[in-house]
Amino acid sequence: MSLWSRITYVFRGDRLNHEIDEEFAAHIEEAIAAGDDPAEVRRSFGSPLRLREESRDARIVAWLDCLRADVVFGWRLLLKRKVTTAAAVLSLALAIGACTSAFRLIDALFLRPLPVAHAGRLNVLAIRIPDFNGTPLTFDTFAYPDFALMRAAAQGQAELIAASLTSRTDLTYATGNDMEKGYVQYVSGWMFDDFGLQPTLGRLLTANDDRAPGVSPYAVLSYNYWTRRFGNDPGVLGRTVHIGSGIFQIVGVGPRSFTGTEPGTVTDIFLPAMMNPAVVRDDNSWLRTLVVVNPGVPIEPLRAKLDAVNLHFETERSKGWAGMSQHNIDMFLQLKLLIQPAASGVSRLQDDYRRALVWLGVLVLLVLLIACANVANLMTAQAASRTREMALRVSIGAGRARLVQLVLVENAMLALFSAALGALFAWWAAPFVVSRINPPDNPAQLVLPADWRVLVFGLLLTLAVTLLFGLAPALRASSIQPVTALKGGEEPHAKRRSMYALIAAQVAFCFVVLFFAGLFVATFRHLNSQPLGFEPHDLLLLETVAPHGQPPESWSQMADTLRAVPGVKDVAIAGWPLLSHNKWSGNIGIPGIPRSEQWGYFISTSPNWLGTMKMRLIEGRDFNSTDSFPGQAIVNQTFIKTFFNGADPLGRTFEKVNPSGSRQLCQVIGVVPDAAYSSLHDPILPVAYVPFRQFDSKGVPNPAGSGVFLLRTSGNNPLSLAPTLRRLVAQTNPAYRVSNVQTQQELVDNQTIRERLLALLALFFAAVALLLAAIGLYGVLSYSVLQREREIGIRIAVGARLGSIARLVTTQIFVSVCIGAAAGIALGMASVRSVQTLLFGVKGSDPSMLIAPALVLLAAALLAALPAVLRAARINPSIMLRAE
Amino acid sequence: MKKTDTMQGSLDLLVLKVLSRQPKLHGYAIMTAIKRTSGDVLNAEVGSLYPALHRMEESGLIRAEWAAKDTGRRTRIYQLTAAGKKQLAAEVTRWHTVSSAINRVLQEA
Repeated sequence: MSLWSRITYVFRGDRLNHEIDEEFAAHIEEAIAAGDDPAEVRRSFGSPLRLREESRDARIVAWLDCLRADVVFGWRLLLKRKVTTAAAVLSLALAIGACTSAFRLIDALFLRPLPVAHAGRLNVLAIRIPDFNGTPLTFDTFAYPDFALMRAAAQGQAELIAASLTSRTDLTYATGNDMEKGYVQYVSGWMFDDFGLQPTLGRLLTANDDRAPGVSPYAVLSYNYWTRRFGNDPGVLGRTVHIGSGIFQIVGVGPRSFTGTEPGTVTDIFLPAMMNPAVVRDDNSWLRTLVVVNPGVPIEPLRAKLDAVNLHFETERSKGWAGMSQHNIDMFLQLKLLIQPAASGVSRLQDDYRRALVWLGVLVLLVLLIACANVANLMTAQAASRTREMALRVSIGAGRARLVQLVLVENAMLALFSAALGALFAWWAAPFVVSRINPPDNPAQLVLPADWRVLVFGLLLTLAVTLLFGLAPALRASSIQPVTALKGGEEPHAKRRSMYALIAAQVAFCFVVLFFAGLFVATFRHLNSQPLGFEPHDLLLLETVAPHGQPPESWSQMADTLRAVPGVKDVAIAGWPLLSHNKWSGNIGIPGIPRSEQWGYFISTSPNWLGTMKMRLIEGRDFNSTDSFPGQAIVNQTFIKTFFNGADPLGRTFEKVNPSGSRQLCQVIGVVPDAAYSSLHDPILPVAYVPFRQFDSKGVPNPAGSGVFLLRTSGNNPLSLAPTLRRLVAQTNPAYRVSNVQTQQELVDNQTIRERLLALLALFFAAVALLLAAIGLYGVLSYSVLQREREIGIRIAVGARLGSIARLVTTQIFVSVCIGAAAGIALGMASVRSVQTLLFGVKGSDPSMLIAPALVLLAAALLAALPAVLRAARINPSIMLRAE
Repeated sequence: MKKTDTMQGSLDLLVLKVLSRQPKLHGYAIMTAIKRTSGDVLNAEVGSLYPALHRMEESGLIRAEWAAKDTGRRTRIYQLTAAGKKQLAAEVTRWHTVSSAINRVLQEA
């Protein structure tokens, strides 16, 4: 209670003073009434002020009172210099906000443990294989039989959990044509138990749901999905959902916190792993293996044990590979099993964005340092105008520590305002960046809680920022020598030296930011101007499924129906759209030519697909309705170079050799120019276009279960046709369902999402960095001119020319800019290696990538220096010297 | 925080003792009580008394409240708290120990 009263008195100081005075007055009155001499009584109080101070100190927390006084004083100072304060707060807020946003993203994607029991003991298996060039490739998917063997081997040391890659799947709660998309993940039934998760509703999957293939058609919804899709309706239990060709009964809803094992994707529906049709196949790797290691079990022996099991499995499996060369099999069997920590889950998004986010973090950190340097210079300049005040404080007995506190409190207030504003910025910016990560129709869903982790980071950052820009000015203010300061003589040079050092640092960081921004922008432009080989504009894609399969003739009838729609100029069918990350590959065998280790790539297309895509035929002919696969093929130029040694292939044949040993013979009937295939990041691949009409090994037509109708439209907005087309497909033949409608242009744009995001953000931060550095330069130059006005005036009076004045003013700053730029170039060159994987078609060591930012920086420096030089030149010596 | 040099320590002791005899006194009354009962030997200075009173109040040994006077003014009156009584007992014991020790030293000479 007494501490509390002492704290409250800090904020009611006047009332306390009043009370003390009142008590003294009462004392005096009493004494006079008792007959004492009034003058004597008053004298006994000595200095009433001093006595009051002593009593006051006894009754309040003295240091808190000092702090309160400093805060009030600091607040007045900040208000007095509105423009400077606003500039400092805004630049710091932007930098702090950007840093916090970057931390939120990195934390959510890589650091935050999954909300499950034993997250710290959670690991994931991966396989490392040397590729053709000997550089290691890493995979993390396994076949179920392999998983089952490893799980049995690890018994007692660790529990293995199968979790499929979460995939965006067509599903429906009705039997009609209303397909919708949902994120479906097949998981081991025992996962929920091992993770210590409790159902919100109904039950979760159990080990019993995963005992045998295909016997447990049960589904568990995630809480998030239950809320989004069903509005938390408890009636959802017992309903059925059609996924693929299966029908699942909903038995429960998961806990609120758990959104799956892949940060960046919120799983909607969990199904038992045993319900995946691929569960019996040893040649289909579709699941990640999560490992919950028992306490105290060493990792390495466990890894070796599982490695042996996995190697044995793969060796047995490879014996059936007739189609693969012995060399490739030997390469493959050099695989090594790894156990990697996965406390925060595993996802593709992590792999795709790890480096990008780290580099983004580096950029924002550099911007933060630039902002800090700016504010530090600002504070130093301010402190110069306060030397007399500080000297006075020292003279009347203020301690050094007290002065440090005074300045630090003021700076901490500045930092706190910035942090508050920055928090608002981060509140908006982090979800904004996440929403830009994936294609618009399939956005990344990253859970971004603003909890104590973010708060602690923000507070630490604010503290660091305060010390970074505030400590030096505070120490300098406290080390003031009252004698020299009050005499008016200062030591401006020491102060300016540190300012110039800060300018050099600013320039160096700014250069690095500009350099990286340049690299990212060039990468995006390069990727964006890659020749596609086809025309994506006005091309509408109707991804369609026929769950029970339909013969090719039925597919082409549907294409004819679509062709009759007004606004549709041309229609073709393909197995899937180009640039949708699908790949279909096989070894290529050509009679008379030794087998290449390179793989050939395939895509099935209907007649007139080339015309619809606006791909030119170099020679030969297009498919007609009697062509089939195996049978005919159209190949691209790289295919000819790779497999026919560049010779004219028309009329010649090649075989697609499959790992099982089966061979499919194709005759080349046409040649097309190279075009993009699966991804714009890949080099041009050898591609064979084969007919959509396919036969199996016995010559029986293969019904197609899925495909895409490509519609060349005449309107400006192809997507406006989508509702009409969906309805038309459903009415024409109920066996078909349109599962997705998008444009080819979207697929092209999706290829460059990460690069565009990086380029945009880097450009933004480069602009901010440049602006801050220019402001800093301007500020320091103006300050130094202001300080040297007398000297410059005298020089002009004795006949110095404009040129020499300009040189006088700018030499030092020019030297620091050059030193900074040189340091920046060194920094950039040193770090460019680690950013190379994010680049495409750009070499970090390319001189033009270094020269451009240097020129931009120089131009900005000149622009920033101009006002100060003009000001120096306009100094009128007679006025200046008279004023002295 | 607690300075216990002899003079200050004894002032605290005197104030506590006065208040234990007669609760609810204001500062002037405490001062005159010390002067009177010591036979005009001990004289508490205003400059020491009030800081001491305020310090003891903050450490919870005495409690203060405002009381209205006939003149219309308010005056601040003090009384012992339970902690103050305990402190007084301890101080008295300590005083006796110290003074008898000092006496012994003086008698030795």
